[in-house]
Amino acid sequence: MIGVDTVRISAGINGRAVEMSVPVRMTLAEMLRERLDLFGVKLSCEMQVCGVCTVLVDDRPVSSCTFLAADVDQREVKTIEGLATGDRLHPIQQSFVDHFALQCGFCTPGFIMMTKHLLDRSPSPTRDQIVEYFDGNLCRCTGYVPIIEAVRDAAGRLGADLS
Amino acid sequence: MTSPPRLDAAPKVTGQARYAVDYRAANMLYAALVRSERAHAILGDIDPSRALGTDGVAAVITGDDLSPLFPRYGHIIPDHPILAVEKVRYLGEPVALVLAEDRYAAHDGAELVEVGYEDLPEVMDPAQALADDAPLLHTKDYGVGDRSFEEAHSEPRSDNVCHRVEFSWGEVDQAMTRADVTVETSTSYPMLYGYAMEPYNALARFEDGYLKVITTAQHPFMVRDDLARVFSLPLSHVRVTSPYLGGGYGTKSYTKMEPLAAVGAWYTGRPVKIEMDATGAILTTRADSASVTICSGFDSGGRLLARDVQVTLDTGAYADNGPLVLSKACNRSFGPYRNQNIRVRGMAVYTNTVPSSSYRGFGAPQVSLASELNMDQAAQQLGIDPGELRRLNLIPPGERHFPGKRPMDADLSADLDLLLEGLGWEDPRQPYQGIGFGVTASDAGAYPVSTAVVKILPDGSVLVSTGSSEMGQGSRTALALVAARELGVPLEKVAIAQSDTHTTPYERTSGASRTTTLTGLAIQRACTQLLSRLEEAAAELQGGSPTEIKAAEGMVVGPWGDLSFGEVVQGWFGGRLGELSATGVVRRVGELAELPPFWEIGVSGVKVAVDPDTGQISVLKLVTVADVGHAIHPEMLKGQDVGAATQGLGAALFEELVYDGPQLVNSNLVEYRVPRAGDMPPEIVTIVAERGDGVGPYGAKGGGEGTLNPIGAAAAAAVGRAVGRWPDRLPLTPERVWRLMRGDQG
Repeated sequence: MIGVDTVRISAGINGRAVEMSVPVRMTLAEMLRERLDLFGVKLSCEMQVCGVCTVLVDDRPVSSCTFLAADVDQREVKTIEGLATGDRLHPIQQSFVDHFALQCGFCTPGFIMMTKHLLDRSPSPTRDQIVEYFDGNLCRCTGYVPIIEAVRDAAGRLGADLS
Repeated sequence: MTSPPRLDAAPKVTGQARYAVDYRAANMLYAALVRSERAHAILGDIDPSRALGTDGVAAVITGDDLSPLFPRYGHIIPDHPILAVEKVRYLGEPVALVLAEDRYAAHDGAELVEVGYEDLPEVMDPAQALADDAPLLHTKDYGVGDRSFEEAHSEPRSDNVCHRVEFSWGEVDQAMTRADVTVETSTSYPMLYGYAMEPYNALARFEDGYLKVITTAQHPFMVRDDLARVFSLPLSHVRVTSPYLGGGYGTKSYTKMEPLAAVGAWYTGRPVKIEMDATGAILTTRADSASVTICSGFDSGGRLLARDVQVTLDTGAYADNGPLVLSKACNRSFGPYRNQNIRVRGMAVYTNTVPSSSYRGFGAPQVSLASELNMDQAAQQLGIDPGELRRLNLIPPGERHFPGKRPMDADLSADLDLLLEGLGWEDPRQPYQGIGFGVTASDAGAYPVSTAVVKILPDGSVLVSTGSSEMGQGSRTALALVAARELGVPLEKVAIAQSDTHTTPYERTSGASRTTTLTGLAIQRACTQLLSRLEEAAAELQGGSPTEIKAAEGMVVGPWGDLSFGEVVQGWFGGRLGELSATGVVRRVGELAELPPFWEIGVSGVKVAVDPDTGQISVLKLVTVADVGHAIHPEMLKGQDVGAATQGLGAALFEELVYDGPQLVNSNLVEYRVPRAGDMPPEIVTIVAERGDGVGPYGAKGGGEGTLNPIGAAAAAAVGRAVGRWPDRLPLTPERVWRLMRGDQG
């Protein structure tokens, strides 16, 4: 970026240590997409309404469209690319596949990262909890129903893994 | 679960799926738009000097720089300047393009371009635009783009009517005088933003003498045609590629960002990327708002004698697809009812607002609000159950309700029975609860032209090549299923190449709910030919006659034993190499001579509760009926039906673009409210009616828009029944419903 102050950051990105210099006004989404080629991070409303850009910073969901890259210094960032283990899908991803919980797929990474955070905190969420959690995630294709079913199914799968 | 997984599911849940916005090119410039700050003005001097003095800004392009080119686009009326020339016609119109080394520098530069304006009076709605002394948006002869629209305006204009449609049959006025009951309904359907979540973007470059564009286009072949005209290039020298689309819903039909990126690349000699955010997308294309008046005459038994319809669409500053949306709105405005006397008059009107174009339903939601609500009001006046009134008049299978068009290929009464049972229409209702429903039939499928190539590779795997786009509707999976079924090979062996005007065969559009039916048919035909080729090749190999053998289930079976498809390819070419291929063609001949290729049926309804204190609506139940002939993938079909109905509920309850004078006041996702997870009804019933009555593979016909079309009318009727007064406009915001309950519709 031209003619703008930069800061040096070190962060963990999907478990990998990264050090780089970023312009102070660069968003986290732009850093992830343009510097690290993590294209699973999407952008749409760019004002914290739609949730497609959701990533986890120190295990908490943030809208990377308005979160500054400079602010992930010394923190751990997780994106959709960091969820699967090799070719094996994470149980949440598998549930989204099995329940047809996506169509165009543009909102899917954001929903899955939000689901990850929800199930980390509440392993057996009620339907109301799921719906409330997704107030900041929009989907224009599915009408949400299969997404909610996928989250409930994923909760069951993860619960079974634990027991 | 009985349906196989989506072929695009794994890439989409892992973040690996690449969308247009994810593509870059070496040495690429980023573009930002300078947008008009006036709704209607003579364009004065544009001073780029401060922008050009900014670090990283490489160039600033204005409309005057495009004079060596054909500087406009528009597939029906080429009235849309790539960058404004001489005047601006809406607030937000692109007036200059700033190209810079990075996105931030481009946007910084755009803020520094100074634009002079000499204000003209603006017309912000059709009423103002149609006034006698209204200023004209367009006065030039632009010529005509699409030959099938030769009736569209091309001569100099004397008014702001972009396009007019008028047709009639029978004797409407005479029939009205014979009617025992006449019922008039006037409605307003809101101005909408389709909101596909991936906003419009495009990456253009000139390479090897070709213009190459990667874009969010639903119809890459139509964008190719517009671009070839801009640069006077042969069609063969324009390559338009549409990777996965982050939503379409018709909003990505036709040309959007592609000419801007391409002129940037032409001017600078470097690849150019242009990306919108949601606000930029709203300022690019919206959906038509509509005022519709319908008058119907009935005899005392409830038989429909005549319908007289007037449709006015606010098409915005440029034609884009407006003339076709109007034409379809008119065709869909009088319902699938037996009727000897019809008159329809429609106008698409230019106003100084964001141009409108296609959006899911394509005119049908706008007009069905009036025509289906009119049936409900008539039922009330006649004292006949509204389901019964429709049953009395619905066109039976095999009969024509529209002279010259395909006879009805659906059993609408049976669909309606399924719907009413699902809705619990006969059940007792609580106070302030209501049920509404509707039945629509859209002349869908667009023009029946599709081609598809299917190849058998030497290992027996199958490559299907199609120009149709995957925008979430599931075409990749549905089309692969057709090929797998036709050839008898497992789905895992079928791969699909899609949407590239250089490498995939011609596809008219991915719209009008046509892909499964028409592209599916092209693939089916390609597979039939391919099986014959395999039989011929096997016969030649074995020295037998083709009549002795049969290709099916992945094998060629003959008197000498069975050969796998892969063995035939390898044997015929003499090694583990080569391929056998066939092209399937769909044209407007034979069973597709009659238009539309199919009627897209919309049968859906809702049960709502109204809070009498606040006017807040809760949707308790949504029921959809998919009358699609044959469900190739039932789970994806249900997903389409719920998704379409949900978008309809958005328009019914929340969504509306609002102008305050020349300014669009809610061009963002905070103030333009789309349905959220918490808005979904607790009970959703998706019914699939399969009667094999479509022209597509296995009797399939199109779906994906139908359930949206009656939802606005259904929601309005449900609220009307809940509160005892019929609404006349959407969205049914709490304030509107509260006023409605108090008899104040103003």
